[in-house]
Amino acid sequence: MKTIMTDVLVIGGGLAGLRMAIAAKRRGHEAIVLSLVPPKRSHSAAAQGGMQASLANVAKGTGDNEDVHFEDTVRGSDWGADQLVARMFVNTAPKAVRELAAWGTPWSRLRGGEREVIINEQKVTITEREDAHGLIAQRDFGGTKKWRTCYVSDGTGHAMLFTTSDQAIRHGVEVHERTEALALIHDGERCYGAVVRNLISGELVAYLAKATAIATGGAGRLYRVTTNAVICEGMGHALALETGVAPLGNMEAVQFHPTGIFPAGILVTEGCRGDGGLLRDADGHRFMPDYEPEKKELASRDVVSRRMEEHIRSGKGVSSRFGPHLWLDITLLGRRHIEHNLREVKEICQYFLGIDPADSWIPVRPAQHYTMGGVRTGHTGQSPWLKGLFAAGEAACWDLHGFNRLGGNSVAETVVAGMIVGEFIADFCDKPENSASFPLTLAQEFVRREESKLAAILDSGGRESPFRLCSEMQEIMTQHVGIFRQGDELLAGVALLQRLLERSREIGVSSKSRGANPELAAAYRLQRMLKLALTVAYGAYQRTESRGAHFREDFPRRNDQDWLKRTLAFWPDEDANLPRLDYEALDVMKMELPPGWRGYGAKNYIDHPDTPRRQQEVDAIRARMQGGDRHAVQDALMPYADKLPATVAGRNERLDEPLEAAQ
Amino acid sequence: MSADDNKEDISGQSRQNRWLTFNVLRYNPSDPASKPRLQAYKLEDADSMTLFIALNEIREHQDPTLQFDFVCRAGICGSCAMMVNGRPQLACRTLTRNLPAETTLAPLPFFELIGDLSVNTGKWMRGMSERLQAWLHGQEVEVDPRRIEERMNPELAEQIYELDRCVECGCCVAACGTAQMRQDFVGAVGFGKIARFRLDPRDVRQDDDYYELIGDDTGVFGCMSLLACQDVCPKSLPLQTQIAFLRRKMAVTGAGL
Repeated sequence: MKTIMTDVLVIGGGLAGLRMAIAAKRRGHEAIVLSLVPPKRSHSAAAQGGMQASLANVAKGTGDNEDVHFEDTVRGSDWGADQLVARMFVNTAPKAVRELAAWGTPWSRLRGGEREVIINEQKVTITEREDAHGLIAQRDFGGTKKWRTCYVSDGTGHAMLFTTSDQAIRHGVEVHERTEALALIHDGERCYGAVVRNLISGELVAYLAKATAIATGGAGRLYRVTTNAVICEGMGHALALETGVAPLGNMEAVQFHPTGIFPAGILVTEGCRGDGGLLRDADGHRFMPDYEPEKKELASRDVVSRRMEEHIRSGKGVSSRFGPHLWLDITLLGRRHIEHNLREVKEICQYFLGIDPADSWIPVRPAQHYTMGGVRTGHTGQSPWLKGLFAAGEAACWDLHGFNRLGGNSVAETVVAGMIVGEFIADFCDKPENSASFPLTLAQEFVRREESKLAAILDSGGRESPFRLCSEMQEIMTQHVGIFRQGDELLAGVALLQRLLERSREIGVSSKSRGANPELAAAYRLQRMLKLALTVAYGAYQRTESRGAHFREDFPRRNDQDWLKRTLAFWPDEDANLPRLDYEALDVMKMELPPGWRGYGAKNYIDHPDTPRRQQEVDAIRARMQGGDRHAVQDALMPYADKLPATVAGRNERLDEPLEAAQ
Repeated sequence: MSADDNKEDISGQSRQNRWLTFNVLRYNPSDPASKPRLQAYKLEDADSMTLFIALNEIREHQDPTLQFDFVCRAGICGSCAMMVNGRPQLACRTLTRNLPAETTLAPLPFFELIGDLSVNTGKWMRGMSERLQAWLHGQEVEVDPRRIEERMNPELAEQIYELDRCVECGCCVAACGTAQMRQDFVGAVGFGKIARFRLDPRDVRQDDDYYELIGDDTGVFGCMSLLACQDVCPKSLPLQTQIAFLRRKMAVTGAGL
């Protein structure tokens, strides 16, 4: 058995993984990053529109701060988020943007003076303050009260990923490209690393580490139409689930992005609407104000996607050979704006649709976009069920996003969680009791187990094709577990997925090569994806309410009384056909922002019995401290400062909040 | 589906009966029995089909052993560069309707071949980055991220992003005459990085430092100005002007030493 030992094993080479590895390395720990692909190809690169951080640089961001960002995030999550984590996040986001600026990210910068923008179809002149000239520019995004989204044209994720990856190279972080973790090595209480397959040679290697961190991104490929890259198959989620002890949180919370280009599902950024783009129907009518008079096109993504599908159902979709779609109109932004601030969008339209978006409307329809669910962790990023196992970014349920993530909060989360969890991982590795010797016999057992699973597929002689089963799964998920959900359809979907899971045990492959063998990889990945699909479908069936992106037509109200809790999915028995679900209640009495109306979407929910009591407490504290320092008010409502690692603690400076004065 | 949809469907079908032939260069260097050969696959064309869709259809229905790389399939990540009828380009955004009835697909030359259309660009790019120290060399003193960020001229930030858009796909190196002759050539991708950091006021390095990295025949003086790099760059980076500019600066720096 070939064995590689290190301090920190990071699975996934995107922004979250690289940033954790850099943090560990800076604290003197060795780190190895495993990546399916060269890290600069990771799906982080596809984030276009930007990253939220309350810098308050732009005129339309005046008065923005952590408090506003916090409230937007919690409302966006439909109160599913862990508010402590949301606080840690909003306080670190400005530091993450500024760290990247110091590392070289070419953030788009602000020009002082007058400029013309499009707001609600009107040309509006905004005057940017002269003392903000040259600071990081910010644009509007959905579900936010302020213009807060920092961007690099519309290639934000690309620029952030290249900066971070270059810094990882600078720090000598080893990246083992074209490798795939197949199983975590653990004894039911402690995680010791992973069994890893070299995707070129097929060799299995045991990687042993003090801390193992999952940062593998989302699971969009469970669906037929997704904006996600082909590598986003949820394999990190599956690693945790298959331990049988580490659960996944809120897997039924799946975000659909309003503007996937039709029919390919390739993303065009929310920045299109943030910068003033409109949604139009078959008659060219701008329909969003009819449904959402307050936020219009810029309500949160779950709301806009539902309204679009609702409008299509009412017969107002544009019909085409591939089914109905709607239009995204950015022609009103003008060619100059599109060619400077939306250039990836322009390229995508040109190459995949053969149109120029400065002249023509873009055909769009909601497409699967983001996996809110993930490896459930505490605020340090560690799984409370499996010591030494950490997770960050989209693969984690930290839980920043609850049941709906705000646009601009995902790339922000990758680097912020990378900074925070990376420090906690370093703390973990610093403790002498965590450097106990590695259990080689156990590792050998896990390698043998994976070897025999691969051999079983290669030798099975079964007649099922992994590619065909995968399309069937994607079709079932799209039909039964999509934007609009119903009990009977979900139940039927669960049954169909269970049947597929049984059939997946009869997969046969035509090529018997143990080395690079795309069919073999598709086979073992599909078996895992089906388990994930079942956690999504079954969790959605059990959750008899509507919250954020999880919308039940048979239970259209958010029900805090019964469902203000996080779903935990375990898979304790390898041969089972369903996950075991458990629930973790959210404590209203500890919330800084007790549940209420989001400010958009349906004004229709059942209160938790504690909500009025907590609201009274919050109101009383606010009344008592009225006019006082906002940090002191916040601290009285929900203290969190002691939870942050020292490297990211402290207040953030703004033009109107000089650091000296604040301290 | 409405009656209109059906009509479109039928007319769509009649448009689509073109058959495409893909001659794919097959070779698996890790298999001693494998010999390089062209293998033909036939596929019916379809509306808005890309090489991403076509190759996956071939793999799923005709040949599960076929190796190729796609990640984002949206022209953003640079994974899928390959030779399409002799020209390096991103396969994912190549529409089959723009291809002739017969197309030859081959892996990018120059890079280590993994198998069939899959090459190890990642390994080469990491080596290039290490060799050119292609990361921002900031001030010795770490920036305090709690403080307001340093200002930058908005036009300059845009110019840096223009060069930062490189996706490291490898097309420029695959099309490069010098790289065909010398494996140690930095390539346009490398020059683009140097130009990018040179432009960035946050980087403390001077031309003397860059001269050490690219001031010889493996660097900017090895370029023969054939400029295929710029012709094939899928992000339309201004490689030609950047290389010419760097060469002038490096010549001045070299002469002054």
